[in-house]
Parts: sequence; structure tokens; C-alpha cells
Amino acid sequence: MSLNRTITFTVNGKKKEIAVDVRQSLLEVLREQLGMISVKQGCAVGECGACTVLIDDMPMDACLYLAVWADGRSIRTVEGESKNGELSKVQQAFVNEGAVQCGICTPGFVMAATAFVEKRKGKKVSRHEIRRGLAGNLCRCTGYDTIISAVEKSMDDDT
Amino acid sequence: MFNIKSYSRADSIEEAIRLLGENPEAHLIAGGTDVLVKLHKGKGQFDHLIDIHDIAELNFISQNDDGDLVIGPLACFTHVAESDLIRKHIPVLSEAILTIGGPQVRNMATIGGNLCNGVPSADSATPLIALNATVTIQSRDGSRQMPLEDFFLAPSRVALDHHEIMTAITVSRDNYAGYYGHFFKYAMRNAMDIATIGCSAVCKVEDDVLTDLRLAYGVAAPVPIRCKDTEDKIRGRKLSSQLLDDIAKAVKDDVSPRTSWRAAKDFRLQIITTLAHRVVKQAILNAGGTIQ
Repeated sequence: MSLNRTITFTVNGKKKEIAVDVRQSLLEVLREQLGMISVKQGCAVGECGACTVLIDDMPMDACLYLAVWADGRSIRTVEGESKNGELSKVQQAFVNEGAVQCGICTPGFVMAATAFVEKRKGKKVSRHEIRRGLAGNLCRCTGYDTIISAVEKSMDDDT
Repeated sequence: MFNIKSYSRADSIEEAIRLLGENPEAHLIAGGTDVLVKLHKGKGQFDHLIDIHDIAELNFISQNDDGDLVIGPLACFTHVAESDLIRKHIPVLSEAILTIGGPQVRNMATIGGNLCNGVPSADSATPLIALNATVTIQSRDGSRQMPLEDFFLAPSRVALDHHEIMTAITVSRDNYAGYYGHFFKYAMRNAMDIATIGCSAVCKVEDDVLTDLRLAYGVAAPVPIRCKDTEDKIRGRKLSSQLLDDIAKAVKDDVSPRTSWRAAKDFRLQIITTLAHRVVKQAILNAGGTIQ
């Protein structure tokens, strides 16, 4: 039985139809076929969150997501977050707060933070809630405080 | 690339059962957070897959006419934990689920997958067995129902034959109405960690009497367990701190923890008795009881 399938999905607002192998993760397809190299492979077992993308606006680990499951769904990566050369609120807050050190965890954090902020638009959240909301992302430089502050600042702007 | 040797996608329960019948080596894959990790680590027994990820008829959270709560096995943890029905009637399940992994994992992992994977640390198992949940299992010969407690046979082994699939998890109204619960997970980290011990208590309190208690543990035995002897001993007793001490003492005979790299047996026993005290107390307080 063939392991090839054709999937139709939306990536950062653009409709794509591509051939994938059922053995491929979404991470592999995004990086290798579509050049979305913001999606990082860290642990490859769903522990570190470096490969976080939004699938129908929910943050998920692309390393543990079969590419065929993306059929009919909408994917968002960091590549699609800035509009007309302007960073998204969350991205700008990461810059302003100095929330980036070595940078490898940053795209995953930005996407998890984006979903967190969008889901709680207009609500007051504590730093503890932000920590829980980002618990699926690891930063080995341990720059968590500035990341939490960045999320806090991107919430401020919305209220 | 995952080392998948054969792959078929099922779009209905019927199709999944038929595909299972055609391939004796095949395993079901739902959310993928267990199966894909095993495949990544090179474990060969999961290389023939039947993909049930998108079977819509298995993804729901509902309440039937009798008031029973019915959860589709493909409901992801986030949807279960955030469901109004679940939060209103069995909040102890939401509490437990929110200790699992992190947001990404909870968005992908399914409640049925957690149960069918059959590990003693499955965090959704203890609140559900404390709620006397039943599971519905379907095969080509029809469907059967069994208590979730009996579904766990041994580590990573559940009462599911090759051609069977779990189709529903039910908590009947009489098992949650008037009951209050609490859950606590002891782990080394507050997120992204496997329980050293998990504990769920569900109880009913009337006129300062503990009229019913259902106490369940994860990782306290080869499978998630209920402490039935303890429950029988203390049912009907008046609330007091002595009662909590007696429960903590009695649970030792109901559990059989072991030493692993995660924790030694004695340490697990210590956590088990401490949690008996703490989790039952909180469940009683949630039920409106007072303890002198």
C-alpha cells in the first residue's frame, strides 16, 4: 500500500496542496518542503515545545503531529506573524523585554504565547497563569522572567 | 520520518474495527503523543498503524437524557478540561487533566488514548475510577460495557481485544450527583512530568457524616487502583481528624507501590499516606463538611 498522500491545508493564510509521506511529521513537511525553518526540532518527543505551531489556532508540537493530519486544517508559524514588515504584538513585546537569548526556543515560545494571548483577550491574567500557559516550552538559557514579562506586556496592549 | 510500515486511515468506528480485523499487527493511533514517541524511540510494535485521529463520531462531550456524562475517547484533554459540563458536574476530572503535560500535549492527547495506553501513571484514570466511570467497547460482534477499574489488567495492558475499540467513557448521574472531589499529583516538576503518585478522592457528606468515599491512586500499584477496603471501613463515620488519620493508615493495606528510578517504595508509601489525609480532607471541605 502506498504511503503517499496529497493534503490540502492553509499555511499562514495561504492555501497549499502538497504531496506528503504518511511517515512524515508536520515539522518535517513545514521545514523541508515549505522552508518554514522557524519551526525548530528540539527534543522530538513533545517535551520542549520548540516546534510549536498553531493548528486551527491551538498550539501543538509539530514533531508529534503527522503531516497527513494537517489536511483541511489551518497552520500558523512565526513566518506568518509579522504583517507588512511589522512584528506582531507578541513578537514586538519579546524584542522590547529582551526575551530572546540564544533564540532557538523563541519561535515556539512566540507561537505558544500568541495562542495564550488570543485565547484570553480582554481577561486579566497573573504571571502564574502565564507560566502555566507556557509550561510546554523550555528555554535552556532559562530566560523565563523576560518571556513572562513579554507575554504580560502583550496582554496589556489588548486591554 | 517515523518508521511506519503500514498505514490506513479510518473515518468511522465500523471502518476502524474492519481494518483491525484485516491486520493482526496493527495498532490504533489517536492523538499520537504516546504512539509517535514510541515510534521515534524505535519501538517496532507500533509500526503498523490504523489512524483514528479524525473519527468525528468519537469526539464529543455530552450529557444524555438520564443526566449521565458521556465522553468520546477522541476528545482531547483541553476540550475535556474546559468543557462546561465537566467543570460543572465532575470538576475533579478537569483538575486532574490540567496537571498533564503542558498546553501543547493537552491539545493533542486524547482521553481515550490515555486510558487505552494503560500506564499506572495515567492522570485521567484515577478521577474516573473514583467516579465509578464505565467504558464502552465495540467490536464486530457488538458492544459491551465494563467498569473502568476492571479495564486495567497490568502495566500497559488493558481489557481490549485486538478487534475492539473504546467508543465511550460514561459517568452516570448517580455516581456524581451530590459527590465532591479533589485530585493531587505529586511529581518532581509542576508541569511536563509523570506522576510519582496521583490521588483522587470523591465523597459525599451528609450531616457531618462521610456517607461515601471513593479513593483512587495512580502509580501505587501496577495499575490505577481503588482503595475499596479503606472505603468499606470508614463509610458512615463522623467527620473528624481521627477519621483522616484512620484513612491514611488503612490505605497502606490497599496499595502495593514499587521502587523505580523515579522513587523508592518507602517514599511512595509516605506520599500515599500524606495524600490520603490531604486529598480526602479537601474533598470533604469541597462537599461542605467541617473537620474539627
